[in-house]
Amino acid sequence: MKAFTTLNGLVCPLDRANVDTDAIIPKQFLKSIKRSGFGPNLFDEWRYLDHGEPGMDNSQRPLNPDFVLNFPRYAGAQVLLARENFGCGSSREHAPWALEDQGFRVIIAPSFADIFFNNCFKNGLLPIVQPAEVVDQLFRECEAAEGYQLNVDLAAQTITTPSGQSFAFDITEHRKHCLLGGLDEIGLTLQHADEIKAFEAKRRAEQPWLFA
Amino acid sequence: MTAQTLYDKLWNSHVVRQEADGTVLLYIDRHLVHEVTSPQAFEGLKLAGRPLWRVDSVVSTADHNTPTDHWDEGIKDPISRQQVETLDANIKAFGALAYFPFKDKGQGIVHVMGPEQGATLPGMTVVCGDSHTSTHGAFGALAHGIGTSEVEHVMATQTLVAKKSKNMLVRVDGKLPAGITGKDVALAIIGKIGTAGGTGYAIEFGGEAIRELSMEGRMSLCNMAIEAGARSGLVAVDQKTIDYVKGRPFAPKAEQWDAAVAYWNTLHSDEGAHFDAVVVLDAAEIRPQVTWGTSPEMVTDINGRVPDPAQESDPVKKGSIERALAYMGLQANTPISEIPVDVVFIGSCTNSRIEDLREAAAVAKGRSKATNVKQVLVVPGSGLVKAQAEAEGLDKVFVAAGFEWREPGCSMCLAMNADRLQPGERCASTSNRNFEGRQGQGGRTHLVSPAMAAAAAVAGHFVDIRTL
Repeated sequence: MKAFTTLNGLVCPLDRANVDTDAIIPKQFLKSIKRSGFGPNLFDEWRYLDHGEPGMDNSQRPLNPDFVLNFPRYAGAQVLLARENFGCGSSREHAPWALEDQGFRVIIAPSFADIFFNNCFKNGLLPIVQPAEVVDQLFRECEAAEGYQLNVDLAAQTITTPSGQSFAFDITEHRKHCLLGGLDEIGLTLQHADEIKAFEAKRRAEQPWLFA
Repeated sequence: MTAQTLYDKLWNSHVVRQEADGTVLLYIDRHLVHEVTSPQAFEGLKLAGRPLWRVDSVVSTADHNTPTDHWDEGIKDPISRQQVETLDANIKAFGALAYFPFKDKGQGIVHVMGPEQGATLPGMTVVCGDSHTSTHGAFGALAHGIGTSEVEHVMATQTLVAKKSKNMLVRVDGKLPAGITGKDVALAIIGKIGTAGGTGYAIEFGGEAIRELSMEGRMSLCNMAIEAGARSGLVAVDQKTIDYVKGRPFAPKAEQWDAAVAYWNTLHSDEGAHFDAVVVLDAAEIRPQVTWGTSPEMVTDINGRVPDPAQESDPVKKGSIERALAYMGLQANTPISEIPVDVVFIGSCTNSRIEDLREAAAVAKGRSKATNVKQVLVVPGSGLVKAQAEAEGLDKVFVAAGFEWREPGCSMCLAMNADRLQPGERCASTSNRNFEGRQGQGGRTHLVSPAMAAAAAVAGHFVDIRTL
């Protein structure tokens, strides 16, 4: 996994509540057996005017000029500013894969759906919860100033605006540790293999019907 | 000892180790695997040279990509076929307790197959790379959806890195009126608490109305806990749970049965257990539910009307209603019962079990599909459900009414196979999500119960099943 430490990133505002993972990456792209290449199909139904299918040359497809991701001023954005309950719906990890593949590293919203939130951390993507008033302020500032960037410092757990105003954010120690180091979580867990085996042996003795 | 909720009991009995920040390694008993969210996980294991930690925890089937007709022609879409064949190859290479491949008589939607095989048992932790894993909580199991990285983590370590959720009790007091199903209860709850109302919580459903629900009804309800934002839904174990499990292929065998039942009978919240949030509904007030928008919380009942955004003061909500009405092609204040439908879909992990098909067939019997309805798909949840329905003659009832009787699978719930809406088509659907494009790009979904879907099919528009 890609490590995350600090970022100075251009911000793209997506002003919709309840953005679901079907919208983030539509189902036809879930047929892939790979982990990469989902970026061009991020928000496919909003981003293009035609119907997308796997295998199409996305560079030749008609873009929807009214969709914010297509505005020239947001090209290369690394921070996605969103509304409440971002990432609701399906557990598809293709959603964070598509966001990461597109170049996003941080998503800021008043709330996230649980499974999506969790999936982000496995992919070097940092979801940050901020109070609705703060998100409102960031939307206003971002829309008012072209080239609006935010500084995100994971070690310090802060977001800083161009005017120098800082907002703190929460993250569990475990997630912070894994993101900062870009660590392989399976490798970390397997350091406790003996404890898992002991737990399993006890469970097998107490509830043998759970084991074939 | 302090009183514990059902969720507390299930959580505590699976903690392998805990870190100072509350992060735990949670032991996983059952891992359900399907073709869409597993290929990258198996690939990860291969690249790292890791085996499955416990082969006998894995139960697998192919469901999302499989066609529901012309099985003799196989899977025509080459990308879908590759995904299903990749699962075949991965199960062959890594092993599983059981695998129900495409065309097997046990094949079906993973959340229908698990319970009917007895692969889902009370007291288990059950995970799957699929958000509707919450379904299995109907058995007093701690069950939730996970992403593909977590699928790989469970495969390699038999654990999840997890943090405990808060406890929410949703109590539905009193008796449900005739014709009101688990699906209506689920939608009424989501209408009340919203699609993020359960975020951060495990929801236990309790109260007289829930105890009265069949196991099928409880599965429909827990299935949609995720649509209320909760990764897990739970119902306490009772005699109905135990009766349902008894005799199924992977249920405990004779010599272990009594010990298992004795343990399962402890799987309920203790008297006085603390819930962080409690929501109460009056069963008598729940009417047949119909969604009108593009989020499951955009719901009203059959006597309701499409809302008017002009009446909404919150600008974000107002914008959401306006966008939803534009997408759905609906005018504000239209009575729900005057909305005509083009297509009807009866199926999905929410509503494709035998009881659902019986309820739909009871409405369809002796009636015919309305002339304005182009297609009515009835897709059983599994091969076993299909066989049972055919043994009861339900297939003949559907066909006589002009409905199509299909092979099992996820089908038009998410339209990964060929079953999908065309742009602008309006569908009465027994599935779980009415998101934009969910059933096909530009398709318009209204979520309802199986009886309400069948009633819309014969009336040509939404209609109150209680007056049909």
